Amino acid sequence: MGNTSSMLTQYDIEEVQEHCKHAFSQQEIVSLYQRFCQLDRSGGGFISADEFLSVPEFAVNPLSQRLLRMLDGLNFKEFVAFLSAFSPHVSLQQKIEFIFKLYDSDSNGKVAFHDMLDVLRDLTGQFISEQQREQVLTEVLEEAGYTKDSMLVLSDFVKILGSSDLKMEVEVPVD
Amino acid sequence: MSLSLSFSFSLAPIRRREKKQQPTAMDTAGKLNSSSSELDLDRPNIEDYLPSGSSINEPHGKLRLRDLLDISPTLTEAAGAIVDDSFTRCFKSNPPEPWNWNIYLFPLWCFGVLVRYLILFPARVLVLTLGWIIFLSSFIPVHLLLKGHDTLRKKLERVLVELICSFFVASWTGVVKYHGPRPSIRPKQVYVANHTSMIDFIILEQMTAFAVIMQKHPGWVGLLQSTILESMGCIWFNRTEVKDREIVAKKLRDHVQGADNNPLLIFPEGTCVNNHYTVMFKKGAFELGCTVCPIAIKYNKIFVDAFWNSRKQSFTMHLLQLMTSWAVVCDVWYLEPQLLRPGETPIEFAERVRDIISVRAGLKKVPWDGYLKYSRPSPKHRERKQQSFAESVLQRLEEK
Repeated sequence: MGNTSSMLTQYDIEEVQEHCKHAFSQQEIVSLYQRFCQLDRSGGGFISADEFLSVPEFAVNPLSQRLLRMLDGLNFKEFVAFLSAFSPHVSLQQKIEFIFKLYDSDSNGKVAFHDMLDVLRDLTGQFISEQQREQVLTEVLEEAGYTKDSMLVLSDFVKILGSSDLKMEVEVPVD
Repeated sequence: MSLSLSFSFSLAPIRRREKKQQPTAMDTAGKLNSSSSELDLDRPNIEDYLPSGSSINEPHGKLRLRDLLDISPTLTEAAGAIVDDSFTRCFKSNPPEPWNWNIYLFPLWCFGVLVRYLILFPARVLVLTLGWIIFLSSFIPVHLLLKGHDTLRKKLERVLVELICSFFVASWTGVVKYHGPRPSIRPKQVYVANHTSMIDFIILEQMTAFAVIMQKHPGWVGLLQSTILESMGCIWFNRTEVKDREIVAKKLRDHVQGADNNPLLIFPEGTCVNNHYTVMFKKGAFELGCTVCPIAIKYNKIFVDAFWNSRKQSFTMHLLQLMTSWAVVCDVWYLEPQLLRPGETPIEFAERVRDIISVRAGLKKVPWDGYLKYSRPSPKHRERKQQSFAESVLQRLEEK
């Protein structure tokens, strides 16, 4: 487990900070590095899906599998960039972009009905029938002015979520 | 059932907590499919400990598209867990702050190293070897020759085991302060303690010859287990074998019934924790129908960190590390015996005793099962989250 910031030089910290567009302070990046090394038990320079799932709090999260698809094989710089969506210093637009990316599993810039259905399935599990899920989703889509065949793009997401008081922040513990 | 246990830790990431929507009475027309997995009502409710989020931000109002698309609370929880989580913290061994970087302190530290490795360590090895010689030369004859006279043999064996444990403790310059009434040999009682390292057992054994239930280890420890500790009445289990549990439970029950068996010591956490936290207690020790006597152990980290991180070190390396440190200083508190209260489930009883031990030793409680070190959490927890979200979606759908 990485235990001293001397493993990370000042240049490294600045490079990571540039890459995540200053979403985190230098101290937070050092803390995140310690956490990264703690999770990366095999020392491969990236955290494997298994290592993420060894955190019980993460493993019980309904969206863990979708997140793992985005997290798998990230090195530290990319890891910090991934987490930057949760920084309090980042704009609402970036947070909505993150949510959009999570929905858009085939990364074609468009979110279809089945993408939204997939996420809803992850969140509700077996407690709603497939039929009910489709019904609910169709109803709210139509109410918002879309149809079942609509392909939502990022600007649609911004329109839908932009007016809400979206709160997506995480505090990095700094020793 | 409600558990009014507080859960707090100093480095909690700020997570946006949305008050979990209370599930209303389910529509009996069967709109909501009931869960096929049983909701284990006996389990302490983890939702009491963890921040729960539902995507429905406003508690009332019609269901809208943005309520379904806004997955930010769930994502925040996941990111919070990635950044810092209470489970990993239980097994973190914090390296001591280096204090020897100064030109004045560095020679002092070097001198200290020389003293520890070249003076203390050989002396301790000598003491330990002496102890073993005395022990083996007394134990083997007693064990073999007094086969017929069981009470006398057992008594002598107890004294000898306590002796060798004292030698072990001396070999680390152990300074142990015992508080409270010493354990007595009575039937229908079980001792439980928090677990930091295998040396917990040695420290407790030095005062009273317990019969302990332990995981069977390989190597020389296993040899000791099967020979000497066997005569103390120790019970073995294998974590990986599922059938093992029933056999072990039966052995436990038989042991506590016996009047002249050594008092039974159980570490209900099931794994070594870093002496700052306690993980959830397994209920096995608490459903034997007997008095539970809690023991709290707290090590003083100034001299050495006694946490045995079994993923990082073998027990031999751990012992060597202890023998080349200045001292092992700890406090042991024998606390008031507890009985199962009427209407209390074994799990509630276990949590109550964990509370007593944690308060006494100044440890923080976390809601995780220690065995999650080796396995994934049960899908029940995720299902509970899914169920609460599903219920709120359907409920708000009704409010058209």
